[in-house]
Amino acid sequence: MKVRAQIAMVLNLDKCIGCHTCSVTCKNVWTSREGMEYAWFNNVETKPGIGYPKEWENQDRWNGGWKRKRNGKIEPKIGGKWRILANIFANPDLPELDDYYEPFTFDYEHLQKAPELQAFPTARPRSLVSGERMEKIEWGPNWEEILGGEFSKRSADVNFEGVQKEIYGQFENTFMMYLPRLCEHCLNPTCVASCPSGAIYKREEDGIVLIDQDKCRGWRMCVSGCPYKKIYFNWSSGKSEKCIFCYPRIEAGQPTVCSETCVGRIRYLGVVLYDADRIEEAASAPDEKDLYEAQLGLFLDPSDPSVIAQARADGVPDAWLEAARKSPIWKMAMEWKVAFPLHPEYRTLPMVWYVPPLSPITAAAEAGKMGIDGAMPDVRSLRIPLKYLANLLTAGDEKPVATGLERMLAMRAYMRAKTIDGVIDEAIAQKVGLTGQQIEEMYHIMAIANYEDRFVIPTTHREVTEDAYELRGQCGFTFGDGCMPSDNKVNLFGGVKLKNDRKKVEA
Amino acid sequence: MRDVIFRILFVWYPYFCLTTFIIGSLIRFDRDQYSWKASSSQMLRKRQLYWGSNLFHFGILFLVFGHTVGLLTPTSVYTLVMTVPQKQLIAVIAGGIAGIACFVGLTLLLHRRLFDARIRQTSTAMDIAVLLILWVQLILGLITLPFSLGHRDGSAMLTLSHWAQGIVTLAPVDPTTLQGLEWPFLAHLVLGMTIFLVFPFSRLVHIWSAPVWYLGRRGYQVVRTRKPLTSSGARRPMKPAE
Repeated sequence: MKVRAQIAMVLNLDKCIGCHTCSVTCKNVWTSREGMEYAWFNNVETKPGIGYPKEWENQDRWNGGWKRKRNGKIEPKIGGKWRILANIFANPDLPELDDYYEPFTFDYEHLQKAPELQAFPTARPRSLVSGERMEKIEWGPNWEEILGGEFSKRSADVNFEGVQKEIYGQFENTFMMYLPRLCEHCLNPTCVASCPSGAIYKREEDGIVLIDQDKCRGWRMCVSGCPYKKIYFNWSSGKSEKCIFCYPRIEAGQPTVCSETCVGRIRYLGVVLYDADRIEEAASAPDEKDLYEAQLGLFLDPSDPSVIAQARADGVPDAWLEAARKSPIWKMAMEWKVAFPLHPEYRTLPMVWYVPPLSPITAAAEAGKMGIDGAMPDVRSLRIPLKYLANLLTAGDEKPVATGLERMLAMRAYMRAKTIDGVIDEAIAQKVGLTGQQIEEMYHIMAIANYEDRFVIPTTHREVTEDAYELRGQCGFTFGDGCMPSDNKVNLFGGVKLKNDRKKVEA
Repeated sequence: MRDVIFRILFVWYPYFCLTTFIIGSLIRFDRDQYSWKASSSQMLRKRQLYWGSNLFHFGILFLVFGHTVGLLTPTSVYTLVMTVPQKQLIAVIAGGIAGIACFVGLTLLLHRRLFDARIRQTSTAMDIAVLLILWVQLILGLITLPFSLGHRDGSAMLTLSHWAQGIVTLAPVDPTTLQGLEWPFLAHLVLGMTIFLVFPFSRLVHIWSAPVWYLGRRGYQVVRTRKPLTSSGARRPMKPAE
């Protein structure tokens, strides 16, 4: 057993209102730069839909994630090391800019500078890459917002597998949910595995996966390797970039920007301990449906004295063990089992988990044709098909998702009985395998969701690994040219000189 | 005058280029790794890249290998297994095939870079210059083929390989020996040396980073550990005045 700690995230989709505040604040902080206009470290998709980039979940098309070979070993689906190197000159599995969208701006200046015209002046779109006029914007970062577009196109969503999807195209039966997505900071990341330069790494102390920008040579295999398509190739710097889990904030004990600014308070951050020695074994589970359980099996109980002893021996600080015991992630994933990994079948062992959303009960159930069990409707009568959620979260295994949804319904029923009727109905809790006390805690964490309950983040002890004296007088984040601003220095080696976008647009 | 020019071009210039090539690469690697990259434009446009890039890269890898082995293998070594004219014939045929493949690929890449708005707008002057230099160099190389066949005895090849061996062994041959060669050979040499000269200032540096070490990586995953300062012994010595 080798104990490592990771800061993991849970998103409670039941409370996501799809406001995109997470995406916008993330973009403003991290990707509002030349070369990254098209990239969203965090984006919110409306499901069902093909998403961003197009059909990212369709691994027959993109070959992301891992595959299990006949001999029981796993290798990246884009191929083993030889195959990856053989494809290095032209990567057959790389999305093109148009699979994301061509970033654009509008000729706003024309609105002010236009001469007197018969018609009102308009601000027409222009590409932020080539600077050329775009006659028509065909696709954007959130083109399918709130079920935008035809059902025939949106229903290419692979999560419909095993679902009779035709009826969901009808207005009366339609359903939708939001899916905010970011880098999963996996335990078994394919991006790391497929990087020929070894530039991508997982940090031992907090599990954050980062790209060393100095070591990245732009071979772009990570973009294909990542099944979530959460690595973006910066066309300006020629390097890949990804969500950094706001590590400067995490190190200081603060939540990520997306979590901090989430108005629905759906995001949770906390420490999870896991056994690093059994990662490969868990990721190689023969049946895809066992991968969720296999990942649960990796997580270690932070209250177990033998785990604590081993964790101390492996260098996990006591503050982190304390945080692990208070972790909201542990409670939701392990104790209540209401949170699930996103697409465990990719075998990456993702560490950003999701609480599936409840949905209104269908018209059929309301008319009494389907099961309503006392105060609690049958989860199969909810509008979002159980199979759809299971395809998203548990490789198609409906049982764990059903249990999770039932527990959330039970929480509502229990709290309604308590606050409206003034009755403590322990039977509701028992029916879903919980106690009343657990339900009260669930309510406290998931419904009330106070700041200090959502974010239990221990600070990183940088003072023991870094001599701050050496860092004095240095610049923070730069574009590799010391303390010079990147746009006005002659760089002999052709380093990034950020072009002035305005000049391009005016041309 | 002609002697002086030949001395400058074929004795001084190669050392100037090689020195810049090595020292420049070292300085860039040390000072400016953020700019050290392959600069792929595949993400912006896939069209023409599959054939263009593969034909170009496999072709040019073969050509670089062929030039290195062909020019630097001492005559006394390869004459053990083949005669000089035989070697020249092999070089012309193999080099010709690889050269044509490489030329087709490079032409596709150059066309793509110049005429695709997305790529043109995001290219630096050096990106375009490198492609143009390589394209001209490749054409010059292909033009030399019939001239080589004109020297049935392989004399031009011998002169060139003796010159190259002289340069790398720091014992340059008398540059007047090159005066008998036809112009495409000489132009190909000068432009070839120029490629070494611009190498550290262009995207060509990615060649140094060909990720062959990937094949030797144990397992797939990479984890970085922070070592406590006390255990590494790298602690800054305290001075009494602080």
